[in-house]
Amino acid sequence: MQLQEALQELITKMADDELVIGHRNSEWTGLGPVMEEDIAFSSMAQDKIGHALALYRILQEHFGGSDPDQFAFLRNAEDFRCCHFVEMPIGSYDFSLMRHFLFDHAETVRYQALAQSKYAPFQHLAGKVKGELKYHTLHADAWIIQLCTAGKESRERMQAALDTSFQLAGGIFEPGPAEELLIAEEIYPGEAALYTQWLGHISPVMEKAGLVLPELTAPVYGGRTGKHTPHLQQLLNEMGEVFRLDPEATW
Amino acid sequence: MYGGGYIFDEPNRKQQREEQLHDDPEKLAAFEARIARGEKIEPGDWMPAEYRRQLIRLIEQHAHSEIIGALPEGTWITRAPGFKRKLALIAKVQDEVGHGQLLYNAAETLGKSREAMINDLLSGKSKYSNVFNYPAETWADVTVIGFLIDAAAIVNQVANSKGSYGPYCRALERICYEESFHLKQGHDAFIELATGTPAQKAMLQDALNRWWQPIMHFFGPPDKTSNHSEKLMQWKVKMASNDDMRNQFLDAYVPKIWELGLTLPDPLLRKNPDTGKWEYSDPDWDLFFEVIKGNGPCNKERLDVRKWAEEHGRWIRKALMRPEEMERSALPVA
Repeated sequence: MQLQEALQELITKMADDELVIGHRNSEWTGLGPVMEEDIAFSSMAQDKIGHALALYRILQEHFGGSDPDQFAFLRNAEDFRCCHFVEMPIGSYDFSLMRHFLFDHAETVRYQALAQSKYAPFQHLAGKVKGELKYHTLHADAWIIQLCTAGKESRERMQAALDTSFQLAGGIFEPGPAEELLIAEEIYPGEAALYTQWLGHISPVMEKAGLVLPELTAPVYGGRTGKHTPHLQQLLNEMGEVFRLDPEATW
Repeated sequence: MYGGGYIFDEPNRKQQREEQLHDDPEKLAAFEARIARGEKIEPGDWMPAEYRRQLIRLIEQHAHSEIIGALPEGTWITRAPGFKRKLALIAKVQDEVGHGQLLYNAAETLGKSREAMINDLLSGKSKYSNVFNYPAETWADVTVIGFLIDAAAIVNQVANSKGSYGPYCRALERICYEESFHLKQGHDAFIELATGTPAQKAMLQDALNRWWQPIMHFFGPPDKTSNHSEKLMQWKVKMASNDDMRNQFLDAYVPKIWELGLTLPDPLLRKNPDTGKWEYSDPDWDLFFEVIKGNGPCNKERLDVRKWAEEHGRWIRKALMRPEEMERSALPVA
């Protein structure tokens, strides 16, 4: 695999993660447990989808990719490169909140690394999303700590959500097929390095919350090579339902 | 959105009339003089019991309309075609929930808690705008809601923002500012379909046909059948008559619809050049009252979704609201 191809692969998986988690989080709009939280989740969903769009635009402008709408709304599951974690249905709020916490810290360490990237579009984008991510993780940390220290029921729920989520979250860091090329060119530090940094970010919060880190068994891989849960195709069918009526039309 | 023009009132008002009798006549006169001078009434000020009751009813139903109104459009967020529409729709529905929050806060200043208001919504005691008891069947419905129902709500809300109760007026000013953006996005999406492929146009025409009667219902029954609004007008709780608001809406939006080559399902709809007023067929008012009673196509579905959200969020609200319980069981397990 050539460098360009490896880079394209990296951008695609990052963008697909952002689109799918943004889509999932937007499902809480109107249904949140308190109005203030409903608003917060919708707002963060927009940010994620906005990040996806920015990344698809990089593909379009620098790699001759197709229009972001066409690329996002017409592909089927096997062409998506998102991890299984983001595909999972929203479930209860405990799961969605835990996913938000684990994913957003992963996103933060990724963009912190990309701020130093030799690839200029990454540097540029990282500068733009930095401010947003600060508030996303602030929001996640506050809720995790609050719920984990607010009583037996909520603490147990959050621990159970962590147990369910942790191996799935490990799938965010599934190594790419040619990431050593990207590491050598100082485009990004590679998934293993990001994983270690991520643990460093989430551990102090989990400690403060009294959460017990599950055993570090095998993370759930497959998404980066196009192998997905059935949930993804269902999500994509729904997402493309109107757009696919007439992909040539403007909506 | 989404302040419906029509605010449901319980038929038995005996108790309130009795309360009203106990209002100190001097205080009442001073209160009415303040309103007549254009002053705003603030939460700590003296107010007649009936004024307080009517305002709670009005603001609460408006707040419910915002959070219930988020549902028909909310179901289309996951299906919105393309990034632009998807992002705009999430932002728009998010704003509506935010309006709910502002309005519940405004109503709370009158002494009823948000929890009590939500409980009354779920039990069916308190109503919301009837228009949200109809289904959003296609993407075109979303554009009709975003354009025309938001437009209708703006007519109503701009009028109400000139009312007498300070917290409600201030909330409405902010709401109207955001609504003007909603109207633009709704109009933009509506025009896209109206000027699109034959299939898109047909989809829009179908949606318009289905939504026209609920839109005509939106401002409430005709003035000739509407009772006991004189006092509310004097107190500046109600700021414009149902027919006046309906006429204002028709005057602003029917020409825009016709210009796009779309039709409206009312052969009698026309502006009378002599009176300058719009004429139209009476919508089915029996149906309107049936829907208020809970027998509309989506009443049950809307409340069921809200009940689901309330039930599933209970443990979280509990974790936020009971510090004494938190302390007892806060020790982490390891």
